[in-house]
Amino acid sequence: MPIRALIIDDSSVMRKIVERSLRQAGIDLTQVFEAGNGAEALAVLQDKSVDLILCDINMPIMDGLEFIKQLPGVANAKDVPVVMITTEGSESHVVQALSHGARGYIRKPFTPEQVKEHVVPVLGCKS
Amino acid sequence: MKSVTELLPAKDGRSNWVPLLETATREVFELMLSSQLSPSINADESNLNVTAMVGLAGQLCGVLSVRCDDKAARLMTSKMLGVDLDKVGPEISDALGEVCNMVAGNFKNKIAGLAEGCMLSPPTVITGSDYSLHSMADSPALEIRLQFETMPLVISLLIQS
Repeated sequence: MPIRALIIDDSSVMRKIVERSLRQAGIDLTQVFEAGNGAEALAVLQDKSVDLILCDINMPIMDGLEFIKQLPGVANAKDVPVVMITTEGSESHVVQALSHGARGYIRKPFTPEQVKEHVVPVLGCKS
Repeated sequence: MKSVTELLPAKDGRSNWVPLLETATREVFELMLSSQLSPSINADESNLNVTAMVGLAGQLCGVLSVRCDDKAARLMTSKMLGVDLDKVGPEISDALGEVCNMVAGNFKNKIAGLAEGCMLSPPTVITGSDYSLHSMADSPALEIRLQFETMPLVISLLIQS
């Protein structure tokens, strides 16, 4: 299934790693959009449609938890699955992310296999 | 239920954290750079002119740093991006900052009570070696010395209790 993904992380290197991991995990990425924080991501989603969002938590301007709180207000993105990818490993962050609608949670450092394990079921839910 | 503070060892018990710091570092390099770190034996550390730092605040306050030389930083970036060495550009600081961030995050997630009670700052990267670092840390640094592809790598954790 061809996938358009939005990758949100304040590190451009990490955005590239996430993209490469998705490809290594066998995800058929047709388009990849990038954003450096939640506010930039909301702006991207104003005129781009995506099938999957991967989002860091600790970012300047708007963090990942605030982004997923605001996501339901974006008309063409409210049902898009979000998977968090973050160094934050605390139970409270996981609970907060999942309670705000995140469908998965990957801790950095990660392997392409872990990305596959968390992303593929989420894409299955979407279809 | 014990508080986070109760779970953290006193200063003299923190030497037990050294193996955890080493494991956290090794995991980051294995998973994100496909690189096995080896023990450092009498490595020349005179050219460690790239330093990435991440602050810790909350139940544990301090600074975690990763130091290496230019060549090692460039190779780390190349491996992280999956590009040839000659294609590596200004992303070096970003890459080393992320390595430091992941080591700090992975380390705190290995200590009971610390994942919840300790926040990480955004990374800061310093290039050059002609500087002095004055830390408010009140205990000796926990330090590990490893080799990344034959190049020295020093990971330090300065703690302010």
